[in-house]
Amino acid sequence: MNHVYGWLLLLPAAVFLLAFTHYPTVATLMQSFFSESTALRPSVFVGLENYELLAEDEIFWKVLNNNLWYAAGTIPTSIAIAILMAIWVNRRLPGRGLVRMAYFTPTILPMIAVANIWLFFYTPEIGLFDQIGAVFGMPSQNWLGDPDLVLGSLIVMTIWKEAGFFMIFYLAALQSLPPELEEAAHLEGAGRWYFFWRVTFPLLMPTTLFVMINAVINSFKMVDHLFILTKGGPDNASSLLLYYIFEVAFSFFDESYAATLTVVLLVLLAVIAVGQFVLMDKRIHYR
Amino acid sequence: MSVIELVNVSKSWGGAVAVDDATFTVEDGSFLVLLGPSGCGKSTTLRMIAGLESVSAGTIRIAGNDVTHLPASKRRISMVFQSYALFPHLDTAENIIFGLRVRKVAAAERRERLNKVADTVGLGGLLDRKPSQLSGGQRQRVALARAIIAETGICLMDEPLSNLDAKLRHDMRVEIRGLQQRLGMTVIYVTHDQAEAMSMADKVILLRDGRIEQEGTPEDLYDHPATTFSASFIGTPPMNLFDLADGAGGAVISETGSGPVLDGPGQGFQLGIRPEHIRITAGAGIAARLLATDYLGADTIVSARIGGQSLLIRMPGRFHIGDDPNVNLRWPSEAVHVFDGQTGNRVNGRRAVDHAA
Repeated sequence: MNHVYGWLLLLPAAVFLLAFTHYPTVATLMQSFFSESTALRPSVFVGLENYELLAEDEIFWKVLNNNLWYAAGTIPTSIAIAILMAIWVNRRLPGRGLVRMAYFTPTILPMIAVANIWLFFYTPEIGLFDQIGAVFGMPSQNWLGDPDLVLGSLIVMTIWKEAGFFMIFYLAALQSLPPELEEAAHLEGAGRWYFFWRVTFPLLMPTTLFVMINAVINSFKMVDHLFILTKGGPDNASSLLLYYIFEVAFSFFDESYAATLTVVLLVLLAVIAVGQFVLMDKRIHYR
Repeated sequence: MSVIELVNVSKSWGGAVAVDDATFTVEDGSFLVLLGPSGCGKSTTLRMIAGLESVSAGTIRIAGNDVTHLPASKRRISMVFQSYALFPHLDTAENIIFGLRVRKVAAAERRERLNKVADTVGLGGLLDRKPSQLSGGQRQRVALARAIIAETGICLMDEPLSNLDAKLRHDMRVEIRGLQQRLGMTVIYVTHDQAEAMSMADKVILLRDGRIEQEGTPEDLYDHPATTFSASFIGTPPMNLFDLADGAGGAVISETGSGPVLDGPGQGFQLGIRPEHIRITAGAGIAARLLATDYLGADTIVSARIGGQSLLIRMPGRFHIGDDPNVNLRWPSEAVHVFDGQTGNRVNGRRAVDHAA
């Protein structure tokens, strides 16, 4: 009897979880094995045909490549900057609250607003960067229009947006470290640099793992800025996986292929997250 | 020879003075205890010696060199923290040799010194454990080992035993004192526990509100308290203090009809007697009323009143209050301490009335 009672209590949550998380996942997986239905031809089972198509899709490989560079460009840098900022604002300095707030502000802004701000920075000739560059006699650059520059420009903007968010986690972790540790190390003759690498950084590893998984997911998830800044262009030079999925699904209306891409994205993220856990978990000291 | 010397050292934060004009020296190989209630500036004094706190005024010298503005890392001092400050992600061995790695001591020497120190403090089988896998007493030993292995000769300890239970605290007290003597270390030890101070110290410095109240051997502090603060801080239970008044034939305990306890004037003075020096007698003495007993095993603490003033008496063994709680008390005249009622300072040269006579 208790058995039934327990399952009944679980039911409401289970229904929502199944309806909104598990069913869509499974449905997406199923859809990726079927052809796109049209008015004339109903959807039929095509096996791995969609995946074969994907393997030959040059745009997919370009977008995936872009995304990997985007991840590699944003994650380590934003984590390093986040740690630096956290250590900096963790110290006693005048106007500490103000500095902390300033670092965190980009996080509060919606990505759309951030993109609009950076659109102003990146505008050729009249944008902030070109204006500053002109003072030093640098030629005008089309930051978002040049295929060689556009991904880099997006990376810089993303770092600006993400670092402050990650800083909050590092700041919280730093504040939980007892100050005597630094004093004890200092008395033993350890300098700041040595102490950071030998003590602070290892003790921050649980936070780093958390931040890294979040950062990886974010780097595959963030597309808002593409709508404002580049629409994936020029020539897909700035398109990312999720934006491509959006285009395939809602511009080209090929839902089956979009489902295929989604499955690939999910598998990719799962593999990376599990990999991070397995690789790093053993080396992390949890208190 | 003194290895540590403080000259007119002060520390203040804004308007608040934590340490006020402290001057003292620590002899080479001696055990100095900084004793006082919380907030008296003892930890701040220690942290200034360590270099963890800046000095507002005055000079600190270690081995003859002025280190007042030298960073902690250059002072060649080891320290044991109240919280032990062990690195939670490093095992016992790595915690102990942390400083040796910093100073790039060769691996072979590191191992040799580690084994020696681990034996000294009894951590032999625990070298691969993380601090979270150790008991409080074992963590304490790791912290001690880390201080000893540095071979700095000077070790500062900031209430190192306050996180241990009573039994372990006593064992570690004996052990730390033994280690200090065997290794010839100079130790400055901060505590608020006067029993620790009395049992371990060569010299005690009693602090109060950032000022040195009294400095001397444990015997000095116990037998010749310089002030009423010293008298009431040291000893369990502390010294009894009575207000005196002028009376016929000498000073009497105020608000009582009892006989004189001291030759000369009484008004403005205080009389101090340790609980163990008071005897309950059937013969002549100061009339008192016994109120309650607190049995401790080896002795019994009896609370009593002389007139309106309460006092404690230490009686050996088990003691019961008889049917008549009104008794007479007496004490040997050499057990009497006299203090100025205004300043609290000790007054010498007063002659006590001996009731046995």
